[in-house]
Amino acid sequence: MTLARHHGGSAILFTFLVALLLTIMPLPEWMRLLRPDWVGLVLIYWCMALPERVGVVSGWLSGLLVDLLTGAVLGQHALALTVVAWLTIRFHQRVRLFPMLQQAATVLVLLVLHQLLALWISRFIGRPGAGWYFWAPSFIGMLIWPLVYNSLRSIRHGFRVN
Amino acid sequence: MAGKQRDRTTRCPIKLIFTQGPSITTRLTLCIALSVVLMVMDHKYQSLESLRAVLSVAVYPLQLTTDLPGTISDWFSESLASRRQLQEENDSMHTQQLMQKVQLQRLAALEAENMRLRELLDSSFKVGEKVLIAELLSVNLDPYKHQIVINKGKANEVYPGQPLLDAKGVMGQIVHVGPYTSTAMLITDSSHAIPVQVNRNGLRSIALGTGTINRLELPYIPNNADIRPGDLLVTSGLGGHFPPGYPVAEVAAVQHDPGHTFSLVAATPLADLNRSREVLLVWPGKIKLLEPADAAADADADADAEPQADAAAETGALPAPPAALPAVPEPGDTE
Repeated sequence: MTLARHHGGSAILFTFLVALLLTIMPLPEWMRLLRPDWVGLVLIYWCMALPERVGVVSGWLSGLLVDLLTGAVLGQHALALTVVAWLTIRFHQRVRLFPMLQQAATVLVLLVLHQLLALWISRFIGRPGAGWYFWAPSFIGMLIWPLVYNSLRSIRHGFRVN
Repeated sequence: MAGKQRDRTTRCPIKLIFTQGPSITTRLTLCIALSVVLMVMDHKYQSLESLRAVLSVAVYPLQLTTDLPGTISDWFSESLASRRQLQEENDSMHTQQLMQKVQLQRLAALEAENMRLRELLDSSFKVGEKVLIAELLSVNLDPYKHQIVINKGKANEVYPGQPLLDAKGVMGQIVHVGPYTSTAMLITDSSHAIPVQVNRNGLRSIALGTGTINRLELPYIPNNADIRPGDLLVTSGLGGHFPPGYPVAEVAAVQHDPGHTFSLVAATPLADLNRSREVLLVWPGKIKLLEPADAAADADADADAEPQADAAAETGALPAPPAALPAVPEPGDTE
């Protein structure tokens, strides 16, 4: 019964892979600091849409991959994305019904949380901080949320992921 | 349709989350605990290098995929270059090679002379290292860390701590080695330091990365030290990681502040840290360990009141040979 219901796992995997590719895709120097948190956005969407399939453990695994790809200390993004996934699942029923504007604001809070946790960890291990532009990726993430939401939703419907 | 879907998805999670496996709060706690353990082991004890190496194979396809457009465009620009372009390039390279050969002849003679003098002094110094050309994978890492990924790994005997150069100077050192790729930290990373000396007078210091791609700082230079803008900083070889004598940076500004013990010295790295695509991996020549007696003598010399004069004597040996140059060349050395 459960097997029949779970469907389209490869589509979920595919979206995560694309997000990981976008995370390390070479960009001009000035745009590197503005790169939105693609993995975070995709994770928030799937946690909201299919909390029984994508959750805390998926967040942890994708975070570990982000750590490996970006050369961060192992566990940094894993921990941050785990918390983001958990919070999203806690509030998924509410956030799902929000109008787009309010939903984007919630996503901003989650993305800022991810950055904040990552910042704490990197400060804790002795990396220097950065200026105000450090938070820019979260705001850009909020701005592109409607786009991400709609494209991921069409993928979910197109591949009948459930 | 959407409503139906929503109904189904909202009904499922409650059933599934609370009937299958541990609750999400338990999973959260477990994942956080695991992350903390990983971080402590990775950062504090550096004991996860083998795990990192294994996992780096898993992300290798992702890195290759990201690198693909760059590789393809390189291939296209190479294979679609016109005949004239290639000829011009070939000509300029010939000229360049000729000029470098001339310089190399001089260098070979100097090197031989230097080795002979050092043998006379019984010094255990070796010139000549094994090098290998590696290519950068065009992937972006954490923008606040100055790290790069190269396409050589354990299969090519790359090891952690190995120096990395480009045509103009020292770039950095290897920090993580995977089977097919390695990660290197650039000298400008804010957690990097490299032992250097001023080429002009042998004044030794440490150049720290600042997190800005075109700036190094030398925070431990006394106010009365002889250092000025334009001075070339070369590796001193003191840390044991970097082979001595490679150019690192050029002093950009020296600011004496009478209120402080040390002056503020900024330097500009010579290597094209954010432009080079081809880099050189160096295996420093097997530096023979000093005999205990030699080591003691060396330590004495270092502790001497005039370390600069000592170092100057070392570098001072270099300018002398040119006078004897015509007589020196040996058939074996110019090959």
